[in-house]
Amino acid sequence: MHLHKYEKIWLSFGIGSLILFLAILGVSAFAFGHHPPSEMATVDSQNLSEDPIFSNPGLEEIGDNRYRAVLIAQAFGYNPSKIEVPEGATVEFLVTSSDVIHSFTIPGTNVNFMVTPGHVNSAEYTFRESGEYLVICNEYCGTGHQFMQMVIEVVPQ
Amino acid sequence: MTQSNLAFKQTKIEEPGLHPKDSRIAMVHVSVAFVAFLLGVFGGLLQGLERGGMIQLPSWLGYYQILTAHGVLLALVFTTYIIFGFLFAGMSKTHGTFTDGLRKLGWTGFSIMSIGTVLATIMILTNQASVLYTFYAPLQAHWLFYVALALFVVGTWLSGSALLTHYYRWKKANPGQPTPLFGFMTTATILLWIIASIGVATTVLFQLIPWALGLTDEINVVLSRTLFWYFGHPLVYFWIMPAYMVWYLVVPKIIGGRLFSDSLARLAFILFLLFSIPIGFHHQLMEAGISEFWKFTQTILTFVVIVPSLLTAFSIFATFEQTGRQKGGKGLFNWIKKLPWGDVRFFAPFMGMIVFIPAGAGGIINASFQLNSVIHNTLWVVGHFHLTVGTTVLLTFFGMAYWLIPVLTGRRFTKHANRCGMVQTWLWTIGMFLMSGAMHILGLFGAPRRTSYTTYQDHPQALQWFEGIFASHITVAIGGVILTVAGVLMFYNFIYLGFLAPKGKTEFPITPAPLDTPNTPKYLENWKLWIGVAILLILFAYTIPIFHMIVDAPPGSPTFGNLIK
Repeated sequence: MHLHKYEKIWLSFGIGSLILFLAILGVSAFAFGHHPPSEMATVDSQNLSEDPIFSNPGLEEIGDNRYRAVLIAQAFGYNPSKIEVPEGATVEFLVTSSDVIHSFTIPGTNVNFMVTPGHVNSAEYTFRESGEYLVICNEYCGTGHQFMQMVIEVVPQ
Repeated sequence: MTQSNLAFKQTKIEEPGLHPKDSRIAMVHVSVAFVAFLLGVFGGLLQGLERGGMIQLPSWLGYYQILTAHGVLLALVFTTYIIFGFLFAGMSKTHGTFTDGLRKLGWTGFSIMSIGTVLATIMILTNQASVLYTFYAPLQAHWLFYVALALFVVGTWLSGSALLTHYYRWKKANPGQPTPLFGFMTTATILLWIIASIGVATTVLFQLIPWALGLTDEINVVLSRTLFWYFGHPLVYFWIMPAYMVWYLVVPKIIGGRLFSDSLARLAFILFLLFSIPIGFHHQLMEAGISEFWKFTQTILTFVVIVPSLLTAFSIFATFEQTGRQKGGKGLFNWIKKLPWGDVRFFAPFMGMIVFIPAGAGGIINASFQLNSVIHNTLWVVGHFHLTVGTTVLLTFFGMAYWLIPVLTGRRFTKHANRCGMVQTWLWTIGMFLMSGAMHILGLFGAPRRTSYTTYQDHPQALQWFEGIFASHITVAIGGVILTVAGVLMFYNFIYLGFLAPKGKTEFPITPAPLDTPNTPKYLENWKLWIGVAILLILFAYTIPIFHMIVDAPPGSPTFGNLIK
């Protein structure tokens, strides 16, 4: 197969760029731990009240200004529907669903993941600025999907 | 812009048309496509206005109901029917008239597809299937909706086998000769469709139908999503490959030239067949139950499938330059002036090509592993695919319709049709620039996709999505109105060319064989080899993660049909 000289240049440039992009993604992921949310833990979505973690959703302090928020997404809201943390707090979100597929999304941040029934998904975020953060569901979950929200109140210290 | 006379000179060339029976099967497909298109466009208009808070839908019509209709009618029905119409016509033109048996097989496929389409439309209109066109479990539609989907897919398999058999018979009758490019590309496209649709057929037949009927109590949600996206990504290549066929095979002839290279065209299509399937996880990057390792593996394969698009870009622009220079274009850029800018059969696909540059760049962002969290399920994604399928593919199909419809109905592609087409192309491009542009930026600000009008109790974060100068739901709605006007004009173009234009001959433009055709390597046509490699890649990318999804599955999900009504 004959490749024109310009085509060789074009393809080398194109494929070279793709390899560079992939290398950046790979280093960021595997050297610095910036993975997409890919939790492997499972739960029984129909019996969350008997689950050791999800039977008691809410906020828990797990270290110096570090918190774990255990949340249940359900049509059409989150349980609990509001949490409060101090400015500068690092929060680890553990979220599952008691019915259909939802998401846990804080617009304006990189926290944005799917919540599938039977699975736990998670992300971590440090709230450096105080204020009221909106959390929304961005996966269609039924006729009331547009009402599904909660807030995270970050109070100044 | 001056109107080139090229289009009209070429239409006067006398040449044997298609067999009337082949024209008929193609034209019926194209007609169903445009009826679905018109309905889908109105669905889109209502959504845009509702979401922008400009109208309120009546109580008997749901936002998610018309969103489902819009997606199904445009992304599944319009595309599939117009593609099959194009492929039946093109195979008849390049490989000879279909035998009665094969044509009958095509009609059977069409009938089964159409029963599925009508049934699905009824279920959506009666609000029993407002599950959107991705129908993610455990939201549950009426079981007849899933049966409709199964019928649709089975119908395409029958029509697809008619096309494959027609190609195979030509190959057998002409041993040792390179097959015509049209047949080669059709074969790659149909093989891709069949291998990919096995995934969606599996989840529909073995998971969704028994579960919706109550024969099984629970469904494995992640497995069902995975089987859907095993199909869902190659689906977009099923749209793009026929559009590329227009670029490779039709556009060179329209500009009065010849395709640059045969072997590169074949190589690109083989690469699509191999690499567009084992990459569905890039739609599932943000979900639990799939490990980082397999997500990254499929991310790498996703980047490989960009290469055939780079090859295509080179081939097409090389064809433009070569042709422009043959017509006396001098210097670095003067050949550009020699292209027929006033001929909509060239101009509409060309605008599609231009749009594919930002659209493709956006696609690379979407596939970029952890970067996906910035845009996942935001309006950015909707903006993205309204550029790729909604502009690149659709403008190319529109550009094709201007000659295909009069070829099929024995009419003439007139100056009037060309002028309407030019206006249509501009309106579509401008409308899409506003709508899709605003969607991209809104997405970066976090505005969700697939969400009815809401200000989240007047939260400032959500209110800003209505207040931007350009980045606003209002801009999206204005773009939607312009697109609706363009859509209605396109429907008029279909009616005019199909039923009103003066009788006469229109050329079916197909490029002469590229000069390097005799040197095309034989292995490019070794389908057994390529199907084998495609299956190996699929097994590599999917076996272990799917094994985990089944063996380590959590308790499944019951049906949630109540949430969609």
